Amino acid sequence: MAIVELKDVVKNYGGKGSDAADNAVDSFNLTTKDGEFIVLVGPSGCGKTTTMRMIAGLENISGGTISIDGRDVSQVAPKDRDIAMVFQSYALYPHMSVFENMAFALRLKKLPDAEITARVQEAAKVLDIAHLLERKPRALSGGQRQRVALGRAIVRQPQVFLMDEPLSNLDAKLRVDMRAEIVKLHRKLAVTTFYVTHDQVEAMTMGQRIVVMLNGKIQQIDTPQRLYEWPANIFVAGFIGTPSMNFLRGKVGADKRSVANEHFNLTLTGARGGALAAHAGTEAIVGIRPEHLSYLAPNDPIAENVLSGVVEVVEPLGSVTMIQVQVGPYRVTAQIESHLTVAMGEPIRLRCQTDKLQVFDATSEQSLLQAPAAS
Amino acid sequence: MSSPAVAVPSRGKPAKANLSGAPVRRLLAPAVIFMFVWMIVPLVMTLYYAFRRYNLMMPEVTGFAGITNFKLMFTDPTFWDSLINTLVLVGASLVITVSVGLGLAILFNRTFAGRGVARTLAIAPFFVMPVVTGLIWKNMLFHPVYGLLAWVFRHLGLNPIDWLAQYPMLSIIIMVSWEWIPFALLILLTGLQSLPEDQIEAVRLDGANRWQEFRHIVVPHLGQVLYVVVMLESIFFLTSFAEIYTTTSGGPGTATTNLPYYIYQSAFFQYDIGISSAAAIGAVILANIFSIFLIRFVAGNLNTGSRR
Amino acid sequence: MKDRTIGGILLTALAYFVALVMFFPILWMLLTAFKTEQNAFTIDPHFLFVPTLDSFRVALEQGSGYLHYALNSVVSAVVSTLVGLLLAIPAAYAMAFFPTKRTDFTLVWMVSTKFIPAVGVLIPIYLVYKQLGLLDNLAGLTLLFTAMNMPLLVWMVYSYFKDIPKDLVEAADIDGATTLQTMRKVILPLALPGIASAGLLALILAWNESFWSLTMTDHTAATLAVYIASFKSAEGLFWAKMSAASVLTVAPIIVLGWFAQRQMVRGLTFGAVK
Ligand SMILES: Nc1ncnc2c1ncn2[C@@H]1O[C@H](COP(=O)(O)OP(=O)(O)O)[C@@H](O)[C@H]1O
Ligand SMILES: [Mg+2]
Repeated sequence: MAIVELKDVVKNYGGKGSDAADNAVDSFNLTTKDGEFIVLVGPSGCGKTTTMRMIAGLENISGGTISIDGRDVSQVAPKDRDIAMVFQSYALYPHMSVFENMAFALRLKKLPDAEITARVQEAAKVLDIAHLLERKPRALSGGQRQRVALGRAIVRQPQVFLMDEPLSNLDAKLRVDMRAEIVKLHRKLAVTTFYVTHDQVEAMTMGQRIVVMLNGKIQQIDTPQRLYEWPANIFVAGFIGTPSMNFLRGKVGADKRSVANEHFNLTLTGARGGALAAHAGTEAIVGIRPEHLSYLAPNDPIAENVLSGVVEVVEPLGSVTMIQVQVGPYRVTAQIESHLTVAMGEPIRLRCQTDKLQVFDATSEQSLLQAPAAS
Repeated sequence: MSSPAVAVPSRGKPAKANLSGAPVRRLLAPAVIFMFVWMIVPLVMTLYYAFRRYNLMMPEVTGFAGITNFKLMFTDPTFWDSLINTLVLVGASLVITVSVGLGLAILFNRTFAGRGVARTLAIAPFFVMPVVTGLIWKNMLFHPVYGLLAWVFRHLGLNPIDWLAQYPMLSIIIMVSWEWIPFALLILLTGLQSLPEDQIEAVRLDGANRWQEFRHIVVPHLGQVLYVVVMLESIFFLTSFAEIYTTTSGGPGTATTNLPYYIYQSAFFQYDIGISSAAAIGAVILANIFSIFLIRFVAGNLNTGSRR
Repeated sequence: MKDRTIGGILLTALAYFVALVMFFPILWMLLTAFKTEQNAFTIDPHFLFVPTLDSFRVALEQGSGYLHYALNSVVSAVVSTLVGLLLAIPAAYAMAFFPTKRTDFTLVWMVSTKFIPAVGVLIPIYLVYKQLGLLDNLAGLTLLFTAMNMPLLVWMVYSYFKDIPKDLVEAADIDGATTLQTMRKVILPLALPGIASAGLLALILAWNESFWSLTMTDHTAATLAVYIASFKSAEGLFWAKMSAASVLTVAPIIVLGWFAQRQMVRGLTFGAVK
């Protein structure tokens, strides 16, 4: 268990004539809590693996410092960092049995045989692979290999776990199961964990805190709930949540509460009400999640904070129905109750939940809302 | 650059050892130094000697020779003979090994009972020590009286040929080809077996006949493989030595003296280090003409199969 | 699909015939080795004869020196291959798993030294060896064989290492292995078949090497190539013995070579043909 601190960490692979614009990871700052489960998430190529490999020591850092429990490990070899890593490819040693794979690190530490056996068997029991210990990796299924890779990490009893997309090679069902199991394992061991994924659902369900990255830069570090409610910018807002948030461009009204153009006029309410005080007349982008739009019966008298358009696509998912509605130039996705019958080509009115609206500056794309201080 | 945190590795700075502690330089150095000492240093020394007066019989005559060694070499008719012989040997052996090798490769690319055995027998000559090749052919096959070929000729009512005396260069070419046809066969066969099957099926469906199939699919695919065979063989043929050493010793006269043998003779029989070094430089240049293309090819192939 | 048409049968027959023609000189050598000297040296060759092991006996007997040369051949081939592997494996490891900007250049440079003709470096090596007393010295010859095979070994081992995912090296690294431990416990066991075939090929090439043996050794360090070459002036006197000695020299290599066929293609063409 440990606190990991990354301070102004930079990675530049240093190709020909590369400069700060080519940084694979740029001024990365993060301090974990002891035993925290941190998820790094972002689209492919955003620098997640690079960050992970720098923490592991597999990659030199180009700037900044990394410390574990206050010890600067920036120049320390991987084997002396007391970390364990689960590779995306699992990287099991093909010529060793499952037992030997898990025992390898312990043998290198010259632990007594009895302890090695005890630790491996303990881990095998936890992971439910005790019956596979004599097999070679090639005789295992994908899910089993995954467990062995986890087992190899946990027998080490390291200070920090690093996992780089450990579930991406599994099929969908197994992935969901393993997700839960890794969370359970973390709760049991309470070891500080970095977990990389490009799948925001995985990130949201697993992370205690999530680091959203884009182009080597941290976009936001927050709990799943706050990422969802208070995304710092358009990228995070669009990346978190399925289906993605809808974005509509307009101007902040003179009342300093609403954003509007000829197709809509939405007024912020609740905690968000005063947020636009300093922004009257600013070009802004309103964000609204599909689940915060609801169906409005044609005869309903409500006329405020309503989007009117024509149904273009209807996707019944069983529990809910996704519809796409053309509102002026905008294609808006909404999630409506499944018992409602809407037909393609018909006009429809959608009501916005105005205490859930997001507003972003149209040029900087940063949120104009003030998130409440984290509890 | 504005951000002070960005440390782009500068060119002058010595490369830091990677964190994993693999001492890359120390792992690499022994092999590199070894090759440097055994190949590059002598090569440079050869170049140096080529411009020196240096005869082991006349140790008191030393000094810078300018291009005298090259002048002497170029006025030595034996050198020109050896150069021509070298080119004839390389050219003829290439034509024979590649064409026969290709024919055999196609023949062995069919499935038939006992193919493995037949192929194995056919490639065996490649593993025969060149010295043995020379002696077996010279004595038991080429001998004008007791050789097997003489016996065959007599049976056909022909006059036996004294191969090494009458057709010395042809004899050498036959021996070299015998050793290297298997090489061409083996590599071309490997090439044929990696032919794109789906493309062949496709042209067959398009109604192509055997010749068209060969011309449009097999030839382009094999082109690369042939290129490699030609380049490698050229370099090996350029340096043929043992076959000549054990059979004709470069003769009769200079009929089978090739460049390596010429260098060997200048150095070990005339003790002229200067001239033989000059000729050695010639041999290196000749080999380079081929190897440059080959090395570029190898270098180009280097990363096509790499991971990540 | 077997071809049972007339043409197919003819082609098959042709393939057998050609294989036999190619193999014939070796077969003839083999037959001659089992003849008496009188039987071997006749105007009309004997195809049927009572085989005898006499020639082998003569070739192997104390005074013939065969064993002396054979020992030199074995030592120089085996030791040069082992030394070559000892140098090539770390180099290949560094280049395959820790490539730098210079790696491609280094590798191509290594390969290109293979294409320097031996005569290009013969004279200085001869003179320096003479100075150092390494002429007709087994260690000196062995090191030459090592140099001759090094490019091939480096390249082949490198290409086998390239087939191993780098993840394994990194996993071992994180598991706490030193470079040496990673090499010994993870990489070498996985690359062993490849390394063995590279070694086999180097062994074959060193065994058959004649140029350096003929120029740099005389008797003490002379290999079988030199011994066999000494028959060159023995006009018809010792054909059976020469054949027997040749068979003993060539047979093991042909057998090894048959095993190494596929790897050989990959190795000798530096990966251009697989
Ligand atoms: N070894 C490398 N050399 C050069 N560039 C690299 C290397 N590894 C990754 N990169 C680059 O760094 C960026 C981040 O890559 P990576 O960390 O693998 O992203 P992710 O894991 O988020 O998909 C990418 O632009 C990638 O092309
Ligand atoms: Mg990645």
